[in-house]
Amino acid sequence: MESIKDKVAIVGMGCTSFGELWDKDADDLVVEATHDALKDAGVEIKDIQAAWLGTMERFTGATLSSPLQLQYIPVTRVENACATGYDALRNAAFAVAAKVYDLVLVVGLEKLKDHGFGGLPISLAADKWHPVYGSQATAPGRYAMAATRYFHRYGLSREEGKRMLAMISVKSHYNGARNPRAHLRREITVEEAMKAPIVAWPLGLYDCCGVTDGAAAAILCRTEDAKAFRKDYVTIKGIEIIVGPGQGKIRPDYDWTHWEETERAAQVVYKQAGIKNPRKEVDLVECHDCFSIAELIAVESMGLCPKGKAKEDIESGAWTQNGEIPVNLSGGLKSFGHPIGASGCREIFEIYKQIQGKAENPSRQLKNVRLGLAHNQGGHPGKFMCGVCVIGAP
Amino acid sequence: MDIGIVSFSGYVPVHRLPREVIGQAWGKQVRSGEKAIANWDEDSLTMAVQASLDALKGFQRQSVGALYFASLSPPYLEKQSASIIAKVLDLDPSAFTVDIANSARGGTLALRMAMDALKAGSAENILIASGDCRIPPPNSEMELNFGDGGAALLLGKKDVAVKINDCVSLTSEFMDVWRRDLDRYPQTWEDRFVIVEGYNVLLPKAISGLLKKVNAQPKDYRKVAVYGPDSRSLGALLRRMGFDPQTQFQTSLFDSVGTTGAAFSMMLLAQALEGAAPGDRILLAGYGDGADAFDLTVTEQIQKLAQGKKLGQYLRSKMTLSSYGRYLRFRNLMEWEAERRAPDKSSLTVLHRESSQILSLKGHQCKKCRTIQYPMQRICTQCQSQDQFEEILLSDRKGRIFTYSMDERAMVPDLPNILTIVDLEGGGRFYSVMTDRDPEKVAIDMPVELTFRKMHEGSGINNYFWKVRPVQG
Repeated sequence: MESIKDKVAIVGMGCTSFGELWDKDADDLVVEATHDALKDAGVEIKDIQAAWLGTMERFTGATLSSPLQLQYIPVTRVENACATGYDALRNAAFAVAAKVYDLVLVVGLEKLKDHGFGGLPISLAADKWHPVYGSQATAPGRYAMAATRYFHRYGLSREEGKRMLAMISVKSHYNGARNPRAHLRREITVEEAMKAPIVAWPLGLYDCCGVTDGAAAAILCRTEDAKAFRKDYVTIKGIEIIVGPGQGKIRPDYDWTHWEETERAAQVVYKQAGIKNPRKEVDLVECHDCFSIAELIAVESMGLCPKGKAKEDIESGAWTQNGEIPVNLSGGLKSFGHPIGASGCREIFEIYKQIQGKAENPSRQLKNVRLGLAHNQGGHPGKFMCGVCVIGAP
Repeated sequence: MDIGIVSFSGYVPVHRLPREVIGQAWGKQVRSGEKAIANWDEDSLTMAVQASLDALKGFQRQSVGALYFASLSPPYLEKQSASIIAKVLDLDPSAFTVDIANSARGGTLALRMAMDALKAGSAENILIASGDCRIPPPNSEMELNFGDGGAALLLGKKDVAVKINDCVSLTSEFMDVWRRDLDRYPQTWEDRFVIVEGYNVLLPKAISGLLKKVNAQPKDYRKVAVYGPDSRSLGALLRRMGFDPQTQFQTSLFDSVGTTGAAFSMMLLAQALEGAAPGDRILLAGYGDGADAFDLTVTEQIQKLAQGKKLGQYLRSKMTLSSYGRYLRFRNLMEWEAERRAPDKSSLTVLHRESSQILSLKGHQCKKCRTIQYPMQRICTQCQSQDQFEEILLSDRKGRIFTYSMDERAMVPDLPNILTIVDLEGGGRFYSVMTDRDPEKVAIDMPVELTFRKMHEGSGINNYFWKVRPVQG
């Protein structure tokens, strides 16, 4: 087996605005994200040799090739719950690294707001459908069980726990407010977050990410060819998906306070990328914060913060823009939004722009960004499919 | 040969609707008292299951040769409920199952038939399970009287705790309360007629027929468990017959639970038997389309029966419904704004294929590493051995909450929907929902027990499964 490190480069990226895009359908999102990426790479659609589409709700490669009028090329539709974006990117990267194709397109897409109600359709629950077992569970209901257990395990009172989670959302909203493409661009306070209506105790309205439409796209080639497209290309240092055996609801030793799949995916990717001390070496982290507790446990599980110490770390400001590990500088799923298939690519878009010094809204630009870590996980506690990716300056 | 009751139980659902709250809804003065209201996830079948599980504690399920389910409100009009209950209870597939529907006297009809079957040797043990969840017409006298509940009697020939000595049955076409399949609510005729010409004539006829047959006087009976449509009519009838309502009868169930249809005479019996002593003589009577009267004697075995005391526990555990609107929600009596989310759906093929897991709540124990797991697996979650499992019954276990959440946006009639991960005693972890609960009191490590409920009605099917509830008593 060989490492993927530095074999594949990203030479163009695009991203639509994320939000409740009532006037756009899935085709519009595909066209806009793709053409932004093509423009960024300085290539035309006819130069694309193969494409990968990551999306949960739509099927077949035609979802990509029809709106784009792709002329008879291979198109694969990929799905792995919220890790869809990384799985699409990863498969495209392997094809390029294997030298089967030279220039490929990845699009992450989700159009959720035609359903007619707030919240996720339950069908996207990434669990085996069953008439009665787990039948009325929701995503916030399941994640909230991790929060309850985390509070209990680390001796946090209800108030302390909710305050800790609120600070995460406040930080993400502050970032999102300064991101022109984000879905939710309003700052919130800790008090607002703590007093917000409960969605699934202990998670309140501001602990849950929005339901959003959006798409993001990337154009990949082998690193040795990247210079021909641009000087400031970015390379993939490590990328992996880990799918666990998914028995967390059945095994009595599942502790509900760490994400095993995330832990293992991060370890694999750190090894690929040659990262020994992630907290020091990684300049920013985009991670899966569908719920505030998801971000908290992900950061701990990726070894960026000692287990059980998130509260102190958050209170010290370590996860803010000026802190040691800026987490979700884009606003995260929380405030940028979470069109499921698109989020993986969108996280990479943020890091890509930061490395190039082109962060949208200069107030969010970090200095000397060399390495960024991105994380997504689909499913729910006990049954995750997790994608982790590190990209960096060549 | 002694034939009689080997075990018994009465079940009262946890919610109570005070008559005062009903009175407020309709702007009228009402008498005091309250009635029991089945939870939104209960029906006559689930309540009969609960009573049956309580009665069967300590008894071999496989020894039950027949199951009779008595109810005025069975969940299906075509499709037997007793067969479902038999699967839930994990009875032998050879058990003979029958629904005894349509008569308020269903409980005692079942008792009479069970006696005959035992005498004929058709079975060694017979379980009578009853439950009723009737919906009375809004703003009616029935609404003040009807309550929801269940009861079970296990009958046999060995270790009999209450001997059934004799019985008398009368049939009559008389109509008290009736309901056709196109009637939303039960109907009745003028109260004076129904009591004076029906109840006051037929029931005393059966009781005096019994007294004559067994050569007994009213004073010979320590307790009477006699059906009445309300406490006043019953009290008057007993007094006229020479019984003393003060010492021989308790009317408390009328004002704490309500009249529970086919289950009522059995619940009255369960109440009479709690605190009964060896040698006590008991009169049991059911009424509706005639009447049945039974002469019973309590034996020494009564002292070994712990499960009978559960009726008292259920009477003591209660949560008051604070508004009439909550009752409407539980019984789904009003039209609601249509939900835009995808409706619940089901699959009969899945329900059937997994019926041992879903209805009987059987899990797997790995033969290699002894790990208990639910649902059943092909590959052990612990040691990854394939297909090395024994089936294990989990429905009678208690557990403790490992973690939980309270979902305010779930599509269920009573929010929050409390998801739970429960560690079962003896091993295994069960992912479920908590019912019959006060959200303020839910906590990690809280002791819980399993309870059989209706999850939803997707695809036009009653989808039953197991939840957990706080340990009763």
